[in-house]
Amino acid sequence: MNKYPLWKNAIVIVALILGLLYTLPNFYGEVPAVQVSSVKATIKIEPKLQARIEEILTASGLKPTGVFADPHSIRFRFADTETQLKAKDAIEKALNPDPADASYSVALNLLSASPDWLTAIHALPMYLGLDLRGGVHFLLQVDMKGAITKRLDSLGADLRTLLRDKNIRHGGIAREGTQLAIRFRDAETRDKARAVISDSQPDLDLADAQEGADFKLVASLKPAAQKRIQEFAIKQNITTLHNRINELGVAEPVIQQQGADRIVVQLPGVQDTAKAKDILGRTATLEIRMVDDEASANPAIMELAAQGQPPAGTDYYVERGGRGLLVKKQVVLTGDRLTDAQAGFDSQTHEPAVHLTLDAAGARIFKDVTRENVGKRMAILLIEKGKGEVVTAPVIRSEIGGGRVQISGRMTTTEASDVALLLRAGSLAAPMEIVEERTIGPSLGADNIAKGMHSTLWGFLAIAAFMIVYYHLLGLVSVIALTANLLFLVALLSLLQATLTLPGIAAVALTLGMAIDANVLINERIREELRNGVTPHAAIAAGYERAWGTILDSNITTLIAGVALLIFGSGPVRGFAVVHCLGILTSIFSSVVVSRALVNWIYGSRRKLDSISIGQVWKPGV
Amino acid sequence: MEFFRIKRDIPFMRHALVFNIISLITFVLAVFFLATKGLHLSIEFTGGTLVEVGYTQPPDLDQIRKRLEADGFTDSQVINFGSARDVLIRVPLKAGEETAKVSERVHASLQAVGGEPQIKRVEFVGPQVGKELAEDGAMALMLVVIGIVVYLAFRFEWRFAVSAIIANLHDVVIILGFFAFFQWEFSLPVLAAVLAVLGYSVNESVVVFDRVRETFKKQRGLTTPEVINHAITSTISRTIITHGSTQMMVTSMLIFGGPALHYFALALTIGILFGIYSSVLVASPLVMWLGVTREQFVKPKKEKPAGMTEDGACV
Repeated sequence: MNKYPLWKNAIVIVALILGLLYTLPNFYGEVPAVQVSSVKATIKIEPKLQARIEEILTASGLKPTGVFADPHSIRFRFADTETQLKAKDAIEKALNPDPADASYSVALNLLSASPDWLTAIHALPMYLGLDLRGGVHFLLQVDMKGAITKRLDSLGADLRTLLRDKNIRHGGIAREGTQLAIRFRDAETRDKARAVISDSQPDLDLADAQEGADFKLVASLKPAAQKRIQEFAIKQNITTLHNRINELGVAEPVIQQQGADRIVVQLPGVQDTAKAKDILGRTATLEIRMVDDEASANPAIMELAAQGQPPAGTDYYVERGGRGLLVKKQVVLTGDRLTDAQAGFDSQTHEPAVHLTLDAAGARIFKDVTRENVGKRMAILLIEKGKGEVVTAPVIRSEIGGGRVQISGRMTTTEASDVALLLRAGSLAAPMEIVEERTIGPSLGADNIAKGMHSTLWGFLAIAAFMIVYYHLLGLVSVIALTANLLFLVALLSLLQATLTLPGIAAVALTLGMAIDANVLINERIREELRNGVTPHAAIAAGYERAWGTILDSNITTLIAGVALLIFGSGPVRGFAVVHCLGILTSIFSSVVVSRALVNWIYGSRRKLDSISIGQVWKPGV
Repeated sequence: MEFFRIKRDIPFMRHALVFNIISLITFVLAVFFLATKGLHLSIEFTGGTLVEVGYTQPPDLDQIRKRLEADGFTDSQVINFGSARDVLIRVPLKAGEETAKVSERVHASLQAVGGEPQIKRVEFVGPQVGKELAEDGAMALMLVVIGIVVYLAFRFEWRFAVSAIIANLHDVVIILGFFAFFQWEFSLPVLAAVLAVLGYSVNESVVVFDRVRETFKKQRGLTTPEVINHAITSTISRTIITHGSTQMMVTSMLIFGGPALHYFALALTIGILFGIYSSVLVASPLVMWLGVTREQFVKPKKEKPAGMTEDGACV
């Protein structure tokens, strides 16, 4: 009766092996590494770069112990910190000859030292939260009202142009809060204006109003349009933040949207919060300028320009393809006039293209400039920290009116989306404010790990000692089951790459302390059955069977509390909730199935069983 | 080894009234302290800035306080944290101040005092976030209470559900009462501990109730108090051992966990100790007062049609 069928034993063994496998990476520790990623969005991480860095390393006599490449970075593992630092210097020097204008960020990082075959089966060490590894955490609130008013202001300018073009006289357009009010002399003009506006601006809701002798038209953004603007604003802000943080040389930054209007930024290892804040808050600008085609075509002038002596009134820039370009200093348009940039396709040739939308004032300027410069090139520049970069330099084919600009020709779809992203990334769509900041020093992080580990270890040992003294062999079985629980929990956390925080470690300890409850319940039941004079085999079976219902009930109530914390918790508490919930699930399996498998293995094969080693069973009246 | 050698069922229910009165008094005291002293909420809930600084030599706290006051941080709090070399500075939110820059200004003030301060930790929480965290905490508590009541009502009976949740909420109030009385800092991890302990203590009630149900089903002729006495007596050994084991872990956290886990472990300790008492000695009398009887668990036998024979055969 106390025998598990083969499949149940197999499940236990397979679970234990998997648990061991996925826990393993945590024991290897970390090795120093150098991570290379691109700082400029125009420069991509390519296989060519990897080969180049490998050459650089061979040239300086350094040998990486491993290379890992993903689309955003290349990481080189080194045997010790000394080689790591040497390698960093060598790579830095070769890749960024001009430190003031770095194209790549070369950052020191730590990589898991686990063997490649473990990494190949996605067995990674647990992902440590900022409170354990040190770093900065920011929660940024995006000012959505700011995004809406910015849009309304540019819509107001659009309406002014529109009404003038259609020869409709109005008494002024003003933004009042989140609405635009347009005044008219009489109702007839207002009706005409309404027809025109609703035709050209589908995003606006229009309502009539009367104020004294004035006839007013009140325009407000439709809810769908507001939502779109807000989503666009937060996406653009995230993109911008990505580009800026790349420059900080952080190994594994986290930039995520949280809720409708917040962005979380986590920078592990960064200690200089002042610099981080400075970079997060900086604005970049977009400029459209004309290219000096004649000078750019002259090799002699270009050679001089490349050496830092461009002709007067021009700036020398390098295009994405690597060719030099002379751009006139006069700015035609700035990014403020750009309302949107999307990648798409040319409607006729079906070539990849980038569609720009300019506001009314921008459209007018653009129309004039393109009319006068057909056949010439214009350059779109991203200016950050006073340094410019050519995003794209298209040829003007014809006059472009209406504010809808399409850039196409010799572009792949990825290039088109890159350019669109860059154009949008120029500036923040809406102002942001830091609403939460957490900085943890690296020493405190290491300290927290040590304290959490010690608490768990000593608590575990105390429980183990007590269980073995009190329940003898069955106590040992319980302790082994508890160890299996810890194994499963760590394996799951590693597999899911859930963030482990200090409260998370506390949850591991607490979960273990609570999980022993199930085994105490079982052991007490077995004792009770023995006390009632049942045979040992029957007592084991009844003990496990009867305790099962209780174990399930009590774990579910604990799980309810865990899930509530998971839903409403944020930050470190979420880390607690994740571990707590996972721990409850693993504990049901380990305390019931694993311990039963062990008991069956010990006692199941003995047909005649006189007693169980479960400590002294006291019987009343004996 | 066996700790509990109990020959006869202990007549817990004879003293039910006494237990309930003790509970009521502690409960009222806890509410009193909560109302008069209030919780000492951490900056996570109130908003503000917290800076933890490490020194190589124990610094003069008074000097730091004076300097901070001179630099405009009038309501700031300066205390030692964990050791004499570690200092914790709390700066409350002030309207119209550039809040995100407070930590840098505090650092500047500390450097002016001297002693090579090393920033170990900075936490800044804006007013909106703090309010939301407090609201989320209250929502989480509500969700736990409703979830547990629904589950127990579904698994047992509404009487059990109500008694268990009253007994355990009374634990929660007592934990909060302790935090109010001693003015311990109530932070997010403490809230997590309170909720975890709520789920955990309900276990105790569940274990006892499970036995109550089983005893009702198995043994006839016992009165309700006798059934409850039997259920408590036969589970008391497990209750003490389980809580003892969990407490070993929590004590280990109190000793080795450092200041970051201190109040978390303290909340758990109070929760576990009161959990034993309340889930057994408060929940059970409540079930009794609410009028639990055998009939609620034993399905009534189908009545035989009139004139049916003893073997139940009919056509």
